[in-house]
Parts: sequence; C-alpha cells; structure tokens
Amino acid sequence: MNSALAHVVMITALALAAAGGLAALLDRRPGRLLQLGAGLVELLLVVLAVVVVVEVVGGDRPAEAATFLGYALTTLGVLPAAVVLARMEPTRWGSAIIGGGALLLPVLILRLQQVHG
Amino acid sequence: MAERARSGTGVGRVLVYVYGLFAVAAGARAGVQIATKFAVAPVAYLLSAGAALVYLCAAVGLARGGTGGLRAARVCCAVELVGVLAVGAASLRWPAAFPDATVWSHFGEGYGYVPVVLPVLGLLWLRRVSR
Repeated sequence: MNSALAHVVMITALALAAAGGLAALLDRRPGRLLQLGAGLVELLLVVLAVVVVVEVVGGDRPAEAATFLGYALTTLGVLPAAVVLARMEPTRWGSAIIGGGALLLPVLILRLQQVHG
Repeated sequence: MAERARSGTGVGRVLVYVYGLFAVAAGARAGVQIATKFAVAPVAYLLSAGAALVYLCAAVGLARGGTGGLRAARVCCAVELVGVLAVGAASLRWPAAFPDATVWSHFGEGYGYVPVVLPVLGLLWLRRVSR
C-alpha cells in the first residue's frame, strides 16, 4: 500500500475532523466548506483505492485479503454516509457527524496498513 | 408523534451514525471471521455477530423513533451495556475463552472504548427524548 499517499489522506482527514469539530463547537451547521472538504477527502480515498487495485493487479496482494476488502469498503463508505446524514441535520450535530466520521478514517487506514502486511 | 421526530435528530442523528458504523464494522468483521476461520474462536465470532445485530437494531430504532422505535432502541442499548460489561469482564477473567478479540473484549479496547460509552450515551439520550 502506497504509504506516502496514505499519509496525505490521513492528514487531510484529520484536518476535516478538526474543521467539523470546530464547526460543532461554534454551533455552525455543516456548510459548503465542510461538504467540499469531505468530497476532497473522499476523492483522495478513491485515488488510494485505485492505487491499491493497481498494486493488487501487479502482484502485491494484501496478506488478509477478505479482511482488507471489508475495511476498504467501510473506509470508502464512512464519509458519504456522514454527508447524507449531515445534510439531513442542518445543526451543529451535522458538523459533528462529518467531524466524527473524518476522525475515524486515520484509524481505519492504519488498520488497512496492518492487515495489508 | 413528537417523539418520532426527536429521537433521530440532533444528538440522536450522531448516535444513529455511530451505531450504523458499528453495525457495519462489527458485522463485516464477524462475517469475514465466520466465513474464513469459524473454528478458531466460534464464541467470539458469534458474539461479534450478535453485537452487530444489536447495533443495527439500535440505529434503526433511534432513526425511526415512535413508541416501537424507542422501545427497541432502549432494549438494544441495555443489552449492549450488559453485553460489553459482561464480555469485558469475562475476557479479562478468562482470557483463554477468547482466543480472538470481539467488539466487546476488554470493554471495547480495540474500538477506543466506544462500545462501553455508546450505550450510556444512548440511554441518556433516550431518557431525555421520552420526557
């Protein structure tokens, strides 16, 4: 798994988590900026997923393939689900949902790296 | 009908999201483990699968609200709290019985202790909503 790209994704996800947390603290609803940020992080995750697929085709298979796939699909679904719920919740709690989801991503990516071996 | 609108909004929607994530995480993990290495730790994997169902039921109950939804969510949170405390204590007392971790082992240590905090938050929220 491309670790440089994984690090970039983790750092942008943490920035999104901070932005979401701050918006929730300041009692702000999830605005355009948070949603665009979530879109950017998701885009980076998709790029990472494509890189992993290319690596698998090239012969670099994850050690625990089934577990890896499960984590990968969960990772890709975290932010879309957060944005859908955040749009239904135009209060500080919508911002908290995006922040919370983003906070989970670095953990999931670390687990992905472990499972990949 | 005010309850229907409230239990799944505000803080409740954050809870729906977290419960949904845990349902997927625990369910996917248990599914993979049961499919690939069930014999290694059948009790642990079945417990994880059961936990996933409880999380799913709590998420749906909170999201739907109403008398039935609130009751379902309350039962789920209670089962979850008892489960995480019992399994957490058992996994410390008899580690040999848990050769592989479950969501609730060591009070949810592997999941940042969220499994032990979540039912408490859920029950507090449900109490507030039903008032």
